[in-house]
Amino acid sequence: MGLLNREEAEALIQEVLEVYPEKAKKDRAKHLMVNDKKLESAKKCITSNRKSVPGVMTQRGCAYAGAKGGVWGPFKDIIDISHGPIGCGQYSRGGRRNYYSGIAGVDSFCDLMFSSDFQEKDIVFGGDKKLAKLIDEVESLFPLSKAISVQSECPIGLIGDDIEAVSKKKAAEIGKTIVPVRCEGFRGVSQSLGHHISNDAIRDWVISNRDGKLDAGTPYDVAILGDYNIGGDAWASRILLEEMGLNVVAQWSGDGTIAEIENTPKAKLNLLHCYRSMNYIARHMEEKYGIPWLEYNFFGPTKIAESLREIASHFDDKIKEGAERVIAKYQPAMDAIIAKYKPRLQGKKVMLYVGGLRPRHTVGAYEDLGMEVVGAGYEFAHNDDYDRTIKELKDATLIYDDATGYELEEFVRQVKPDLVGSGIKEKYAFHKMGVPFRQMHSWDYSGPYHGYDGFAVFARDMDMTVNNPCWSMFKAPWQKPAEEPEAKAA
Amino acid sequence: MQTVDNIKPCFPLFNEDEYQAVLEKKRTHEERVSPEKAAETFAWTTTKEYQDLNFARQALTINAAKACQPLGGALCGLGFEKTMVYIHGSQGCVAYFRTYFNRHFKEPIAFIADSMTEDAAVFGGQKNVHEGLQNATKLYDAKMIAVCTTCIAEVIGDDLGAFIGNARKEGYVDKDFPIPYANTPSFVGSHITGWDNMFEGIMRYFTLNEMEGKAPGQNGKINIVPGFETYLGNYRVIKRYMKEMGVDYTYLCDPDEVLDTPATGEYEMYAGGTTIEEVKDAPNAITTFMLQSTTLEKTKKYIEGTWNHEIPKLSIPMGVEWTDEFLLKVSEATGKAIPASITKERGRLIDMMTDSHQWLHGKKMAVFGDPDFVMGLVKFMLELGIEPTHIVCNNSNKRWEKAMKKMLEDSPYGIHAKLYPGCDLWHLRSLCFTDKPDFIVGSSYGKFIQRDTLYKGPEFEVPLIRLGFPIFDRHHLHRMTTLGYEGGMYILTTLTNAVLERLDDQTKMLGKTDYNFDLVR
Repeated sequence: MGLLNREEAEALIQEVLEVYPEKAKKDRAKHLMVNDKKLESAKKCITSNRKSVPGVMTQRGCAYAGAKGGVWGPFKDIIDISHGPIGCGQYSRGGRRNYYSGIAGVDSFCDLMFSSDFQEKDIVFGGDKKLAKLIDEVESLFPLSKAISVQSECPIGLIGDDIEAVSKKKAAEIGKTIVPVRCEGFRGVSQSLGHHISNDAIRDWVISNRDGKLDAGTPYDVAILGDYNIGGDAWASRILLEEMGLNVVAQWSGDGTIAEIENTPKAKLNLLHCYRSMNYIARHMEEKYGIPWLEYNFFGPTKIAESLREIASHFDDKIKEGAERVIAKYQPAMDAIIAKYKPRLQGKKVMLYVGGLRPRHTVGAYEDLGMEVVGAGYEFAHNDDYDRTIKELKDATLIYDDATGYELEEFVRQVKPDLVGSGIKEKYAFHKMGVPFRQMHSWDYSGPYHGYDGFAVFARDMDMTVNNPCWSMFKAPWQKPAEEPEAKAA
Repeated sequence: MQTVDNIKPCFPLFNEDEYQAVLEKKRTHEERVSPEKAAETFAWTTTKEYQDLNFARQALTINAAKACQPLGGALCGLGFEKTMVYIHGSQGCVAYFRTYFNRHFKEPIAFIADSMTEDAAVFGGQKNVHEGLQNATKLYDAKMIAVCTTCIAEVIGDDLGAFIGNARKEGYVDKDFPIPYANTPSFVGSHITGWDNMFEGIMRYFTLNEMEGKAPGQNGKINIVPGFETYLGNYRVIKRYMKEMGVDYTYLCDPDEVLDTPATGEYEMYAGGTTIEEVKDAPNAITTFMLQSTTLEKTKKYIEGTWNHEIPKLSIPMGVEWTDEFLLKVSEATGKAIPASITKERGRLIDMMTDSHQWLHGKKMAVFGDPDFVMGLVKFMLELGIEPTHIVCNNSNKRWEKAMKKMLEDSPYGIHAKLYPGCDLWHLRSLCFTDKPDFIVGSSYGKFIQRDTLYKGPEFEVPLIRLGFPIFDRHHLHRMTTLGYEGGMYILTTLTNAVLERLDDQTKMLGKTDYNFDLVR
């Protein structure tokens, strides 16, 4: 099937909305749009960051997921306590692939889970005493941890526990930073508020710890914000920044440390990859420390080169030359990769549904491979994300906010993309439908995808999934054509 | 740097010198302790002194081996025909439950949340239930909606029954649309408890007020209740036995189709499952067999109390003896003989045990997992001459403890085993250092213990054998069977070959350990 034109895309949205009861239909209509590049602002055409409609199968998570899983989990020397019943800590363990380098259980804690495993009596009598005792136990068993965060699960905010008081008291006792994080799952409408709450907690409890004590650093100090080192993304980015002559003093939060957070105020420029989850702290540092920040995009050679040049433009000629040197160094390898994979992927259509950044940030990488994004949406984006998205996508592209399971399936059924990029909850339904699928949160257990080295893996992975022979075998030879399922030809 | 003919993903990419240099340089910003200090601290975490500290924990759980109630409730709901699992509470929980099962089964998992947020936490979640039920019935074409709860609804005390009743009254959902429900507070018990609660809720909903004219034995069938069961083969092997025996049965909760749909080009949200009619007819069965008897308290009470079934006292049908007992009881209850085909299958398992015993006898294995699963596994190990060492069950109960103690005392292979009820995998980590078993048997979570023990040195490594739930890091093992003689064959094959793989690993150094690197074992 060819691309939808505007009328067809709008008709498709109307058709999909038809099944909803009146109230839900009215609500969901505001979250679906057809792209119009001429728009200055997305506000008039799409609503975002609103409550999910009950009972429609939203793919969203919660504030705790955004805080513990998103922002805090990847810092390696902070012990994150999942405070409340056992489930949240267990479900958020080990699935995100935020890599770190260190000795687990000794100086690094990313792949352990710590829980206060609330029982009924904790709900009835409160969990503050348990938390205090638990912090002592953490301290006795993990003396080399550098800080503790208390990640609130739903009950904490409902039973009136004072985790701030406990944190303050115990921090003074053990002489380490303890950060209470009010990320109860019912707060906000998605993971997004959890990011914001976490940024604020870092602002209030960590970032100024070394104010007045920091050395001036070098003129080339930068920090990477909003890179969670999924499959090693931040390392594949860091290598380029260092090669061009910059000094990366901090990674937030993939493979990051509390020292790096505390040293970030000496950065001369904050480099922001995931705008959605860390723009808050970037703005704070701009206000408080006068550090400018810059959004960049390390997906695909076109965007990487643009970004490297833009980053360099904030520095002197040494860095500008460095950027050119890096681009020139990697260009031949990138040309070879594109020469190999573009003919295999040219013209293939992609639909994306991810978190708050990638549906726009990966567009360039797909285009580098000759692929076209024909639908894009976010679980937890805000208006400013859609403003940025409109510009990246072609006219008449479908855009969907907080899409429901039903909508995603219908859109894919009708648009018939060659590849869907989304999450694990979506993955297997599309496998059944015979649509090639890549997980775009976890890189489907691959990665890195950032940086030049990451693009090579990205190209390899898209090719292996789009062109694997499995998609052509759905029909048994004895199944009559009349009953033929819509299997994809490779 | 990548080259087009040899594109490297994270491993081995980051092993290259240029990335090792990046990591080394990054260390200068990290203010980490020195490698010497880290090494010293690691060594301390492997000591008895550390173990004592570790076991003195009262408040902190580290690396749990259990999950929360609604996860179990949700799996239970999946086992009924065209049933949408609906979870009243925060949406994040539901995203987690789906993800957890997606990763284990590699299947789509459709659960619905009614997305309670801050206002619902203040005013109660009735509005969410009303709208949620209306939307869910409209969108997802279910025959039944099975509702359970997350802890937000439980903490604020939402009255689920009243909310659903009001939704009917006010027309959000048809008066007669089946909506069984259960309270599944995450701060009580574990996923196993949630399964029990949801199951009882469904049985109660369809039978409590419809017992008139029903009596045990009227339909000539037996009921089978699986409990929280994630091995698809286990559903299938029991069905096969019933078929071979000629026993008419009802599987009460049967998700083996919906968790294993074929790739056809169409996504089917529903497949198979126990029908409402079967549930309504279940009290008329001769009796009910509960496959995981130590953890289905509420279900047992309801079936005995309301259906008047005399539930056979049985342990989980794992291994030889407990499968024998199960089949004998089924035969006794139904009057159907155990056919030659099953006797032959038993004989084949025993034959395999004779073939492999020399590799298993006396092997020391630590075990962790859910209560009945661990009990059945340990029972079979004792039959194989394996010596279970540390037995960890994070979500155990008193009844389990008592039964386990007796079983271990009764076997020469069990007398040295130690039970660790309520303990977690950080406890087990200590035990694997201070009293090293040959293997750990359990879910994927055990892999971190294998890694940590290896870090101490190759001779300290305790390899993980993956049996249990969840298994995230190996493909398709959830399709296997652990119940019955067939399950025994799978477990025996898995254990034996793990022992042999390990021996190959240890003896494959050319010119160094060529002896015992045998072609024939």
